[in-house]
Amino acid sequence: MHELSLTQGLIEIAEEHARRENATVITSVTMEIGTLSGVMPEAVEFAFEACSQGTLADGATLEIRRIPALGRCQQCSQECAMENHLDGCSACGSYALDILIGQEMALIEMEID
Amino acid sequence: MCTDCGCAPPQPEHDHKHDHASRKIRVEENLLAKNQRLAMGNRASFAAHQLFVLNLVSSPGSGKTSILERTLTDLKGKINFTVLAGDQQTDNDAERIAATGAPVKQVNTGAGCHLDAHMVGHGVEDFDLAAADILMIENVGNLVCPASFDLGEDHKVAVLSVTEGEDKPLKYPQMFQAADLMLINKIDLLPYLRFDIEQCKAFARQVNPQIKILELSCHSGEGMTEWYDWLKAGVASKRRMASSL
Repeated sequence: MHELSLTQGLIEIAEEHARRENATVITSVTMEIGTLSGVMPEAVEFAFEACSQGTLADGATLEIRRIPALGRCQQCSQECAMENHLDGCSACGSYALDILIGQEMALIEMEID
Repeated sequence: MCTDCGCAPPQPEHDHKHDHASRKIRVEENLLAKNQRLAMGNRASFAAHQLFVLNLVSSPGSGKTSILERTLTDLKGKINFTVLAGDQQTDNDAERIAATGAPVKQVNTGAGCHLDAHMVGHGVEDFDLAAADILMIENVGNLVCPASFDLGEDHKVAVLSVTEGEDKPLKYPQMFQAADLMLINKIDLLPYLRFDIEQCKAFARQVNPQIKILELSCHSGEGMTEWYDWLKAGVASKRRMASSL
């Protein structure tokens, strides 16, 4: 359940930015989670509700955008969509894929008041 | 007290009122940015001491502590080890390692399922890192969460024992992808098990084509020499790197 500590980090970052803007409340938080980040969006949503209580983000809505993963084959340089870590190259079948997109988990934007 | 990593008490909130307008701001900050920053700080401090740092990860019961006990005993006088042992509760692992004579500290994560760079940074504060060649960080037994947290190590070493099933790399691909070395432990038990070691290695390479694999038993001692050679090469490369600076 590392989503718990990641979500605590998310709220820390959000509060830091809100304070810098002299805001007193965070009304919405938008984040991106890659499909290969190892993070379950449902667990983040659950943790967000619990961890945001008593913080500037108390009551804020959380929007999670899923980012589909993209890999590049080390053998033939083909770029291909990846469903999971076990996917091979769609062109040559090699498993040596560099993950280009899909491992991110980031706080993108938020609404403050 | 901590002035480096920001874990000091938070600043008091400002108490004067402003006219605030509701607005949207861009942040674009990675959730692991803070851990990453602290891990880089750890890495710089380890490099300054020419320390070879390994992050041992596995499921509970794979034999991490037993491998450490044997390694520390066999290499006594040849390589100086320092050990940070992570577990949710108890000092049991630290006690076993302390019996080998190596400096060790237990880090209890409480409810936490992994070590992070912050815990490691504070965990090593009391060690004399200049006197050590290798820092072994024994992570919490968990094949999921520790994969996401850089501690400032040179390599993650994934331990898998033959009693666990050969498809562990497929079930927990992120961990085996993050590891540079996989130790297949308890190979003395192979005659009694239906464990296809070649299949296990093939699964690991499917997830991570670059992964190096060593087979060993810290009980019988088989394969330990190759592991020790790998450790010695790591220490030597650190010293070479430092002398070329």
